[in-house]
Amino acid sequence: MEPVLSVRGLRTYFHLDDSVIRAVDGISYDLYPGKTLAVVGESGSGKSVHALSILRLLPEPPARIVAGEILFNGRDLLALGPQGMGDIRGNRIAMIFQEPMTSLNPVLPVGEQIAEAVMLHQGATREKAWAKAVELLKKVGIPHAEERVQDYPHQFSGGMRQRAMIAIALSCEPDVLIADEPTTALDVTIQAQILELMRDLQKEYRMAIVLITHNIGVVAEMADDVAVMYAGRQIEQASIHSLFKDPKHPYTQGLLSSVPSIYARKERLEAIGGQPPELTREFPGCPFVVRCPVAMDRCRIQDPPHFHLPGGRVSNCWKQESESEQSRHRYSPAQSAAPS
Amino acid sequence: MSTRPLLEVKDIKKHFTVRKGLFGEKGTVKAVDGVSFSVFPQESFAVVGESGCGKTTLGRMILALDKPTAGDVVFEGRSIYGMRSSELRGLRREMQVIFQDPFSSLNPRMTVESIITEPFIIHGVYPDKAERRKRLLQLLEFCGIAQSHLERHPHEFSGGQRQRIGIARALALNPKLIVADEPVSALDVSIQAQILNLLKDLQRELKLTYIFISHDFSVVRHLCNRIAVMYLGRVVELAESETLFNDPQHPYTEALLSAVPIPDPNIEKRRKRILLTGDVPSPLKPPPGCHFHPRCRYAQKPCRRDSPDFIEVKPGHWAACPIQPFRQKPSDAALTALG
Repeated sequence: MEPVLSVRGLRTYFHLDDSVIRAVDGISYDLYPGKTLAVVGESGSGKSVHALSILRLLPEPPARIVAGEILFNGRDLLALGPQGMGDIRGNRIAMIFQEPMTSLNPVLPVGEQIAEAVMLHQGATREKAWAKAVELLKKVGIPHAEERVQDYPHQFSGGMRQRAMIAIALSCEPDVLIADEPTTALDVTIQAQILELMRDLQKEYRMAIVLITHNIGVVAEMADDVAVMYAGRQIEQASIHSLFKDPKHPYTQGLLSSVPSIYARKERLEAIGGQPPELTREFPGCPFVVRCPVAMDRCRIQDPPHFHLPGGRVSNCWKQESESEQSRHRYSPAQSAAPS
Repeated sequence: MSTRPLLEVKDIKKHFTVRKGLFGEKGTVKAVDGVSFSVFPQESFAVVGESGCGKTTLGRMILALDKPTAGDVVFEGRSIYGMRSSELRGLRREMQVIFQDPFSSLNPRMTVESIITEPFIIHGVYPDKAERRKRLLQLLEFCGIAQSHLERHPHEFSGGQRQRIGIARALALNPKLIVADEPVSALDVSIQAQILNLLKDLQRELKLTYIFISHDFSVVRHLCNRIAVMYLGRVVELAESETLFNDPQHPYTEALLSAVPIPDPNIEKRRKRILLTGDVPSPLKPPPGCHFHPRCRYAQKPCRRDSPDFIEVKPGHWAACPIQPFRQKPSDAALTALG
């Protein structure tokens, strides 16, 4: 099977007056139809900026995609102009955001905002688009959709707003849905509903999902594959089961053991000491080195490349060098040309 | 555990009058509607619930920051609402608060040193300069703040470090009780773990009592020994932490626990979820009878009519569900699968 979306060595920098913020500094993955890839990381790890880069929703300047390829069904999105991108965005690749209240227009009825997408991308008439809006609201589980379609966003609860956002995203039956922290603002019972809805719709439409989240529980529930980001860089990638069973990168190990679970009470959480580095600073070595319990001298001076390990996993840690299948070294290491 | 409670909450209520629009109908939001429990010394007591369940309002009343509509809070045998203001001031030394948002709860124009030592000045303790310094350094050590940070301002710190400063300030007067309102929910997991470990260590070393207000069951399980679950202003279940997780007696608790994602894909694949339908009803117009009945999969006729009593189902395990004793536990309940 061909991947529907391939991100290769993506780097997005923000060029400010006196500094450069390396918000995304190397992420590569393949996303297959009907599958969910979770991009996991803490605040400032670059997971959202990576998503906005895919859809080119970042203001340029100050943002600039300085390296990489984004292949959608084999076509490089970075080579497309505004027109070409407009045909993809919201149509073939749709996105939902964390806070649905700020992504919906407060002065337009919800139905209008769904119909708008249908009219824009499918050239449907107003009447048809509204009928489709009702149908979509039903599909995402809004009760009394015929009446609620006239409501304004403030008349919806948080969970219903996220359902409405999903309805807009689904309106053109996209190949890829990018969900950026879709349930973070919601209560846990509502989160369970929304995740269930996303899974059902994914099955029905064979949609591929890029799920951006900091919640390890949500990852365990939803993902097929996981890319872990730290300080702008992808530091590990694996299938969900191998990642949880045997995390390779010391950051992933720390992250997984620092999560409290309702399943088992731990006497003490294994916290990762220290703080993530500032992204304006240029560091020659591994970004995790100052917090890493197993850091070697080499880690301070040389940035670890993507080591490809058996089972299709990738880890950016020098400790894995011996295990890596160097012959399958497809992605260029991080030292490759990247203007600063 | 001592038998004499440190804090007793007695049938406390807080009702807010709200108006729909400028000339609209008046309505009453029963934010907290008859909550009672006792917290014992050195306990870590959790109040858990979803947004709008009244847990924060409850916390504010415990701290005497809000006056209840009815009911009372008793601290070490004395009613805090019957106190004169001078007594109340003394009480505030005994109970302190840690807030959720370390970004808005620290004065941006004050240095770390003045934030932590302000309580000394307000309460006139450690008048001796050398002693004050000694206490300050001790607090820094407790909370893992570097001495070099004393002259800095809050904006120079990350969320986790700010929360440490907030904790140091709360500990400054050597309180007995700390009310922590979502102290880690604004933090990243790796930082969250640091703060949770810190809170745990501090409790042991300083013999603190915590009331921990949270929406996050995983965090609560890690830190707390007893848990009260709130729904629309009422406590629906109260039990020892392990009991609550292994054998929830209220259908809401059961559904809530089943909705929490577990950070283990093997468990997630096996488990069956109890999905609640719909949203939490408006607190302006809560459903009659048991507030939870419209979303409850066991609901029967009496649930729609009668407010359920809060019954001691097993020793120390209370639940407000009338059908509970007759209810057959479904075999697919998520937590039985978890063993």
